[in-house]
Amino acid sequence: MEQTLTHYIRALRAAGAGVSTTEAIDAARTMDVVGYADRGVMKTALGTVLAKSVEEKALHDRLFDLYFHRDAVAEPPPQDEAASQERPSEGGADDPDDTDAADAFMDLAEGKDAGRTAMALEKAAQAAGADGIRFASQASYFTRRMLEQMGVKALEQRLIGKLGEHTPEADAEARRMMEARAALQTRARAVVDQRFEMFGRAATEAFLNEMVTERQIGALTRTDMERMKHVVARMAKRLAVKHARRRKVKNRGQLDLRRTLRANAGHDGVPFDVVWRTKRKDRPKIVAVCDVSGSVAQYVRFLLLFLFMLREKVTDLETFAFSNHLEDVGPILQSREFNAAMDHIVMHVGSASTDYGVALEDLETKFGEVIDRRTTVLILGDGRSNHANPRLDLFQQIADRAKRVVWLCPEPEGSWGSGDSCLLRYRPFCTHLSHCATAGDIERAIDDMLLAYD
Amino acid sequence: MTDPQTPPAISTPAGLASIAAVTAHLASAGYISTPEISTAVYLAHHLRKPVLIEGPAGVGKTDLARSLALSMDMPLLRMQCYEGLDESKALYEWKYGKQLLYTQILKEKIHLLIDAADTLDGALAKLTGFQDLFFSREFLEPRPLLRAMEQTSGSVLLIDEIDKSDEEFEALLLEVLSDYQVTVPEIGTIAAKHPPLVILTSNNTRELGDALKRRCLHLHIDFPPAELEARIVRTRVPEVSERLLAQLVAFIQRVRDENIRKLPSISETIDWARTLILLHADSLDPALVRSTLNVILKRQSDIAEIAPKVDALVGTAVRDVAETV
Repeated sequence: MEQTLTHYIRALRAAGAGVSTTEAIDAARTMDVVGYADRGVMKTALGTVLAKSVEEKALHDRLFDLYFHRDAVAEPPPQDEAASQERPSEGGADDPDDTDAADAFMDLAEGKDAGRTAMALEKAAQAAGADGIRFASQASYFTRRMLEQMGVKALEQRLIGKLGEHTPEADAEARRMMEARAALQTRARAVVDQRFEMFGRAATEAFLNEMVTERQIGALTRTDMERMKHVVARMAKRLAVKHARRRKVKNRGQLDLRRTLRANAGHDGVPFDVVWRTKRKDRPKIVAVCDVSGSVAQYVRFLLLFLFMLREKVTDLETFAFSNHLEDVGPILQSREFNAAMDHIVMHVGSASTDYGVALEDLETKFGEVIDRRTTVLILGDGRSNHANPRLDLFQQIADRAKRVVWLCPEPEGSWGSGDSCLLRYRPFCTHLSHCATAGDIERAIDDMLLAYD
Repeated sequence: MTDPQTPPAISTPAGLASIAAVTAHLASAGYISTPEISTAVYLAHHLRKPVLIEGPAGVGKTDLARSLALSMDMPLLRMQCYEGLDESKALYEWKYGKQLLYTQILKEKIHLLIDAADTLDGALAKLTGFQDLFFSREFLEPRPLLRAMEQTSGSVLLIDEIDKSDEEFEALLLEVLSDYQVTVPEIGTIAAKHPPLVILTSNNTRELGDALKRRCLHLHIDFPPAELEARIVRTRVPEVSERLLAQLVAFIQRVRDENIRKLPSISETIDWARTLILLHADSLDPALVRSTLNVILKRQSDIAEIAPKVDALVGTAVRDVAETV
């Protein structure tokens, strides 16, 4: 049973839960305490020991049911009996003793001893490396490998022989063999499917998540969008953890004389408690200015989604959207469900042609006070101002006042400055200007931005 | 130092003998437990591991520790975490004033000790032989963590809202949580005489470090299902009528499905039940609910969101109850 537990922990790890060795030891100790008798108790007990977050708990609940459901079928026999059961897997495809292998296969398939069949399936799965399954499409391959481990080749050879005889008895025998093969195949397939649920699903998910992260945001399909939400949530969480550092740094070596004196007044001025000067770090303050006209709107959706998921970290967030005029969209985003709010914004603000000059003017005159020396101004837009005055003077004023100005552009670098794009004229005032096409790019950009506050 | 892998055997109180016993004992203290909670407490004692409880505010995380201490008849040592909490407030502190006085006395009395010696070498030898009391247990002021180590007959140590403390403090806790000992550099290691049952709570305002999580059992308490919530309210507010109880629980459960910022928790349900009883209510009606909405909802925007829907929500809640009866 100890082995069952370690195997289960391996399955948990494959599914993405970070189970350490200490936790594995704890799990073993837990089983010593609660015993194997009650599955419900076992499940909750292992849940408290092995799963360390709500997500991991859900994972554990799902896997536990899958995994120990299997055990109900394959009740492991005592050690001495297990030795005698080595035979079926040893009599594999390469075994010269074909008749034995074929007989063993028939025995297993007809299920005379349910426990033994289950055990043999388990062994075959192990020998075929079914735990290594990653994609659903590999299922038939592994099923076949399992059947081969159980001696299907020998059986098939005998089957061909019987079919060649053309006698009623031989035909009946052949039919029996085919049925047996089909029956065992179904069961092997079930085992492989279960392994896929345990080991493969997480890998497939991770692969698909990686795919959407690196895909052009403009080219995302509807199903990708749903997946994207989870991916963005995870990224945001990762960033929040990464940047959740202390906001004060001790300035070692610089004595804070005033506070030291005050702290030690009770000790007759003898400096027991020495207080060092500290430097307080700024909290991130982000002003996002987003172009929501047609071509860029999709990117804005992701950027804002990302920023909103980061609210725990970035408490000071102002969001503005513009096309030919600029509006504060913070209240709408806060009061409505995110997608509905975005649709509303795109419809009401993003319907006109872009004018960066007017947008900057609005920002400076109406909301000028939100930008101070702690602020990072984050602009998402293609810099295409439809030949209107780009108001570089205002942009310079804003850039001078802000801590940093970061510009993310969905267009590749080659087309910056072509046609009506003023990007290259804005460029000298930006702290950072980069091409931003995928969710991964957005993550990197925000990571950089938060790094400036650490 | 004791080997952490083979802890000395500790007595198991009757209330921790089995999972069912934990549930029964907690119930005697008025705490309605779930299998998850009881299992975690049971394992915490038998594996000697702290329990980290996460979950929204007001679902009974702190209350579990309180009820445990009450039902097992053990003292409760509570430490509230906050930003800036450090070892001098959590572990121990030196009694500076007394130490100062001690040096004063020493100055006055030192001649009594040294006068007998004729030479400088002799005086020095006497001084080194003299026990150094300046850093000793007498001048140590124990704070909650050290006090928990000093309890001889078991205790419940509650470290409340660990997520509010700084990351440095988490590191400080590791020694206490894994080996049940406190190291004072000047004195040495003080190991627990009887390891306390440690409960940590977190509201998840920040992600806790892996090192801390690995040392703890993890328990997540969420809002309870209707039936459990009704049982909890009945224990806390026994004078509530069955009809009102079923209706108000059904209403709260529906409110939790609405899109609001701060969901009402169990403590709010209990407060609301008390309020309704004070108002001599026997069943829910929309006007009553609307006027007491501020008991269960703590944000103006949430009240504004729910107020227009009160009629419909009360209607369904009353209908639900009527159907099940």
